[in-house]
Amino acid sequence: MAAINRDDVAHLARLAHIEMSAEELDRMAGELAVIVDSVKSVSEAAGDDVPATSHPIPLTNVFREDVVGHTFTAEQALSGAPDAYEGRFKVPAILDEG
Amino acid sequence: MTDATLSFEEAMEKYDPVLGFEVHVELNTKTKMFSSAPNVFGDEPNTNVNEVDLGMPGVLPVVNRTAIESSIKIGLALNCKIAETCRFARKNYFYPDTPKNFQTSQYDEPIAYDGYLDVELSDGTIFRVEIERAHMEEDAGKLTHMGGATGRIQGADYSLVDYNRSGVPLVEIVTKPIEGAGSRAPELAKAYVAAVREIVKNLGVSDAKMERGNVRCDANVSLRPHGRERFGIRSETKNVNSLRAVEHAVRYEIQRHAAVLDSGEPIVQETRHWHEDTRTTTSGRPKSDADDYRYFPEPDLVPIVASREWVEELRATLPEPPAARRKRLQADWGYSDLEFRDVVNAGVMDEIEETIAAGATATVARKWWMGEIVGRAKNADVDPGQLGVAPATIVELNRMVEDGKINNKMATEVLDGVLAGEGTPAEIVAKRGLAVVSDDGPLLEAIDAALAAQPGVADKIRAGKLQAVGAIVGGVMKATRGQADAGRVKELILQRLGVEG
Repeated sequence: MAAINRDDVAHLARLAHIEMSAEELDRMAGELAVIVDSVKSVSEAAGDDVPATSHPIPLTNVFREDVVGHTFTAEQALSGAPDAYEGRFKVPAILDEG
Repeated sequence: MTDATLSFEEAMEKYDPVLGFEVHVELNTKTKMFSSAPNVFGDEPNTNVNEVDLGMPGVLPVVNRTAIESSIKIGLALNCKIAETCRFARKNYFYPDTPKNFQTSQYDEPIAYDGYLDVELSDGTIFRVEIERAHMEEDAGKLTHMGGATGRIQGADYSLVDYNRSGVPLVEIVTKPIEGAGSRAPELAKAYVAAVREIVKNLGVSDAKMERGNVRCDANVSLRPHGRERFGIRSETKNVNSLRAVEHAVRYEIQRHAAVLDSGEPIVQETRHWHEDTRTTTSGRPKSDADDYRYFPEPDLVPIVASREWVEELRATLPEPPAARRKRLQADWGYSDLEFRDVVNAGVMDEIEETIAAGATATVARKWWMGEIVGRAKNADVDPGQLGVAPATIVELNRMVEDGKINNKMATEVLDGVLAGEGTPAEIVAKRGLAVVSDDGPLLEAIDAALAAQPGVADKIRAGKLQAVGAIVGGVMKATRGQADAGRVKELILQRLGVEG
């Protein structure tokens, strides 16, 4: 598994529109490196004879009936948005055309 | 900048096209794929959403049972195998159309695979299209690009996002490479998408309205020199959203590829955007097979197991397939192949079926729909079924003609009155005073006048030249402004002249 360095974290933060200070980037790169290392040790423990597991409990077919439930108002939906316009989320220009 | 193209004929002389389609079908479930928010088109932006659709931290998706059943039905109707077990995966990407930064989709375990669809071309040729897979996923939000050229992402200042469509259940149907279509490739493209649309509509699992994006097509095109087995490099034209556009886009891409290959340049493997206004494509982002979406199994959802009992239960609910239905209807109605194909191509098969159910004969129903309504619909630029002619209206008009109350010419006038909203046929006949003149008195007067006006013709008829009677009938019809029953007029003329009819 590839290591995660400070540049990777800065790249992801930019994609996700999360503002991070230099100290935060240092700290997060360190923390994520520990997590990746931990996952790596799991990969080492599981041999080729262990099938890939996506869920810890062998459940199947957890369904919901097709019945309408609750919704947000547009105001509620937009309450956490950095910017909005006429009931819609407003996002910066998508293409980098500089 | 416009791309060079060869003529379609020249492109076909030099190259052999290979096609591939990805058709996205929006299911018409009441709620979304993973949330209980309503799946409704056209509502106020961001009102058909809840925390799951907005990808709030800590929320859990739950699969819609009806969406799974609809997907299995689509798989069965496309002659696919249904996976005993399958899973959802996360397709990771950063783009504002998904607030989660991933789309929940199926990756290496589609619910349906290895099928085929027999597509009928306009001359009746059957072309088999192999289906690679049909997998489930969720739709993304709708972006509106503001500033710059209208609606285009290029040059936009900012974009607005409505997440009402986010999480709407989709089934993506992917074909295997389609070889051997030759110069019929554009027609096959249109016929294939039309056939998929017809199937999902017939199953009742999608509203199947292309203008609303319920059925959307991405068309892959590549060319290779005749006789070469290896495929050329393909382009993928995105979101071609009408049947006509599918045909045009495939045709255009064939012509464009041919010009690139002729110039000795390689084709760039890329996404192309279709422009309906110019009927051309422009380059989108280059696509590499190494697009890294970092797929992994969705940890918040458990596998779907489709037991064979469940699949068979669903199979038992499938309606008659469209192709079989067409065959049955043609036999029932006694139409020739050509007559029936014209009816299908004019888009009035359902309407004729309803008209026959309302009491008309197959011949009468076809006469009215093909002879009168299709042309009027074309002039009004709407589908014939949308023109506003109820089957009962046709039955009533026809009964009036058969009873001799009005003649055919009047009947078309009454039809125009119905379309203008003047009322029922009976009301219009009364209002416009259109009843056929059936009192023999005025008719005899008109006949005598016509005979006197054309004595030579009268002599011919007396001498046994019965076909000459038409000229006198014509004179009478003119004199009565078309309000006479031509059959009755002919009888009376012959009576008057003492000739056996």
